[in-house]
Amino acid sequence: MNKRENIFSAIDWVTILLFVLLALFGWLNIYGACYDFEQSGIFSFSHRAGKQFVWLMTALLLGGSLLLIDERVWDVLGYWLYGAMIVLLIITPFVTRDIKGSYSWLTFGPISLQPAEFAKCLTAIVLAKYMGRYDYTIRSWRDLVVPMALVLLPMVIIMVLQKETGSALIFLAFLLPMFRQGMSGKIFIIGAAIILIGILVFRLEILPDQWIDKALAPHQRQRIEVLLGMRDDPHGVGYNVNQSIIAIGSGGFAGKGYLRGTQTKLKFVPEQSTDFIFCTIGEEWGFLGSAAVLLLYMVFLLRLVMIAERQRDTFSRVYAYSVVGVFLMHLTINVGMVLGLLPVIGIPLPLFSYGGSSLWGFTILLFILLRMDAARINKLR
Amino acid sequence: MINDPYFKRSLWIRGVIVGVVIVFLVRLFVLQIIDRSSTAAKADNNALVRQTVYPSRGLMYDRNGVLLVYNQPVYEVMIVPKEINTRFDTLGFCQTLGITQQDFEQRLVALKDKRNRGYSKYTPQVFISQLSKEDISILNEKLYLFSGVSIRKRTLRDYTYTQAAHILGGVGEVNQRDLDRDAYYQIGDYSGRDGLERQYETLLRGEKGVEVLMRDSKGVLQGSYHHGELDCSATAGADLTLTLDNRLQRYAEMLLGDMTGSVVAIEPSTGEVLAMASTPGWNPKTLVGRQRGTNYQNLLNDEKKPLMNRAVQAQYSPGSTFKTIQALVALQMKGIRTTTQYPCSGPKSTPIKCTHNHGSPVSLEQAIEQSCNPYFWCTYRDLLQKDDYGADNEAFKRNYDTWRQYVLRFGLGSKFEDSDIPDQRPGSIPSRAFYDKVYGKKGWKAITIRSLSIGQGEILLTPLQLANQVATIANSGYYITPHLLRHSTSDTAAIQWPRYETQIDTAYFALVKTGMARVMTNGTGRWYNVPELQMCGKTGTVQNNKGKDHAIFIGFAPKDNPQIAIAVAVENVGFGATWACPIATKMMKAYLTNDWSVLQIQDNE
Repeated sequence: MNKRENIFSAIDWVTILLFVLLALFGWLNIYGACYDFEQSGIFSFSHRAGKQFVWLMTALLLGGSLLLIDERVWDVLGYWLYGAMIVLLIITPFVTRDIKGSYSWLTFGPISLQPAEFAKCLTAIVLAKYMGRYDYTIRSWRDLVVPMALVLLPMVIIMVLQKETGSALIFLAFLLPMFRQGMSGKIFIIGAAIILIGILVFRLEILPDQWIDKALAPHQRQRIEVLLGMRDDPHGVGYNVNQSIIAIGSGGFAGKGYLRGTQTKLKFVPEQSTDFIFCTIGEEWGFLGSAAVLLLYMVFLLRLVMIAERQRDTFSRVYAYSVVGVFLMHLTINVGMVLGLLPVIGIPLPLFSYGGSSLWGFTILLFILLRMDAARINKLR
Repeated sequence: MINDPYFKRSLWIRGVIVGVVIVFLVRLFVLQIIDRSSTAAKADNNALVRQTVYPSRGLMYDRNGVLLVYNQPVYEVMIVPKEINTRFDTLGFCQTLGITQQDFEQRLVALKDKRNRGYSKYTPQVFISQLSKEDISILNEKLYLFSGVSIRKRTLRDYTYTQAAHILGGVGEVNQRDLDRDAYYQIGDYSGRDGLERQYETLLRGEKGVEVLMRDSKGVLQGSYHHGELDCSATAGADLTLTLDNRLQRYAEMLLGDMTGSVVAIEPSTGEVLAMASTPGWNPKTLVGRQRGTNYQNLLNDEKKPLMNRAVQAQYSPGSTFKTIQALVALQMKGIRTTTQYPCSGPKSTPIKCTHNHGSPVSLEQAIEQSCNPYFWCTYRDLLQKDDYGADNEAFKRNYDTWRQYVLRFGLGSKFEDSDIPDQRPGSIPSRAFYDKVYGKKGWKAITIRSLSIGQGEILLTPLQLANQVATIANSGYYITPHLLRHSTSDTAAIQWPRYETQIDTAYFALVKTGMARVMTNGTGRWYNVPELQMCGKTGTVQNNKGKDHAIFIGFAPKDNPQIAIAVAVENVGFGATWACPIATKMMKAYLTNDWSVLQIQDNE
């Protein structure tokens, strides 16, 4: 245990640097997205950028604290925390108000938190804990079903009780560590086939309308129809995406310049400081800026894969791949939506979108991993 | 983790990460580089509003720099069409503005016309234009009641004096024809509708500017785009300095008073129109703003035809004033010599009797002085018949053609095409073809057209042509195209007005001028002569079928250095000597002595 002192020397500063870069650029663009010619300062708390600055600072504090907490705490407390979280997720819809059709927010005075953002982290921990057992083998029937259940439980609660389809979808990210740990590739092939057939069925309108209406909410059905080109409705459901594409396209190669985007400044794109933040980047920073963000993200994700691969125990590696999965899932769905490649699913772009819960959630997720990674040097191979 | 059987899968995961990013990069490339122009245009359409900045219309000054026409602020009621919904208090709005609901609906429909290029239901549109401060005051107080309604300030014409309405013209809303013809205009704009306002519209209107504003997704304007880098400021219209002398103009209209008639005064050496009056007229201030429509309609329906600019549109036979032309052309064509005398039998003369009492025989100067009809009949007859009639009257007709050509060179019988005087009518000096048609090719002789010898019959001239004719005599043989613009502040307007020669010997003019001077000293003009000003003149009394004779006078002064040439025509009053001559001599006197005290009396009244 004399090596404990060396843990901080093993912290992966590159990841922290990437994290800070992404979050700072995100913060700058939140200011841009909310900039409305009244020009309140970037630090003003009445402004979203000001609030986000507070969230960012507290997130860094939080991250720093997590680096100090022994990673084994999570291993020990994993199931308890997971259980508590499930209870919280179930309670939330009953004690909260309806915010835009969603029942996922808990309000404490001026601050609102979304428990679902923290559920990902705890799910990752229990998944890692279960899969990290000595005698675990994913090829056994039981060892496939239990992890699946651990993931599906919060996912279903969030989807059914909290009506947050987007947040629930993210839990598919946990297939990534399972895949890495050797889950049969056939499952992925079968899954992909089901999705393709679903799209085909939907596109060819084979199913009776009543069936579809039972399975999907009207707005969900519309979004899918717009995406599949079955509807052309620039001012209706497709409005967001249409305006988003106009915003990004009009940015051109070098962009319109910081704080000079007309699409985003003048509120043609809705939700631009949250789900559609990538529009602001596209419009104001152009291809150069948005490509830079994507490449930065790619480096960040590859770095996380690298960290995952260098872990010496399954617990840490499963957790690390969960982190990779969650970030990758968010990035893919969010940017895919903004670029009009995927249906409109309201989830944030990690570290960019405005919102404390999401920033804190990703911070916790990441810094627990960084602590684990730093502690690997104390583990036997 | 040695012997990891699934290590390869980490490579797959890396591949997926890189793959996703590459797909996004390709998509970005397509959107931002390949499809950029179309999306950029859509973004601009979304966010940018091009708002017209109206230039101030050019002013008009008289020849001495006195301001005649200027701009006064007026107000436009603007509405955002989207705000006119069920919650809008249409009735209250109509009552406040004093319009009917029908009018309200019609205006809304008109706004949405496809040709209204600036139309957007989210931005303010001109609903009613040209309201005065008084018209707008009630609405201004109640404005908060009507969301989507705003008031915009623009300018409207105002006038220093109540005279010269025909020349100055007015400004009104553009009609569909203007919109189709000239892309400069948009619905609700106004342009010069008549007079010089229309003639010099392109100079006066200036260049519109554009202000590029941003609007948000709700259509609310959010200030200028890129700090106004793309804005283009308006260029004010050019100011015009007219040839008119406002004092002479006012005096002319004062002297015409209630009579129906017109006066044109020209500076012979330059062709500049010093005054051009037509009565009845109107006060130009009444054809401004919202009353323009009704007042204009009233003028249009008035049986005295006040809208007609008689100075350029009334066509009269010139009567005895035409004898000056007859004398000059006959001398040039050797129809008579300077010493030719003809006998006059007074009232017993045939085929045209003499209406004046004088001795016999008479010389040319005496004939002009006494306006002797028989002398000019003989002159005209001898001129046309000097080569006999020839085969098929050809020789006679050749002389008629030559005579007509000389007459036309005085600017008679056709419009001054290169002039800026609007609304001219051509008058008429009948051609050979005209008489061939009326009487048959061999059916007319000198005796047939004898009325022409004394300016009656088929000859028709406008007062402007009469004035130009006498200016030509004053110039001893040439005229400069009569015009109204001296110069403008626009650099394109260094105007060279063309000069036309009569090709008649200067010496003959001296003779006619002597005759005209004697008209004023001994003849029909003697009662109103001002001897020290060396006035020359010729009266005319024109028979017509509408009642009393038209009174006509042409004159210029001073004889040796003419400063002003003038023509007066007053309808249905009687003798030219009695009615037209005094107007001309009073105006010439005031102008030449620069004594305008008579105007001050009027102003004080």
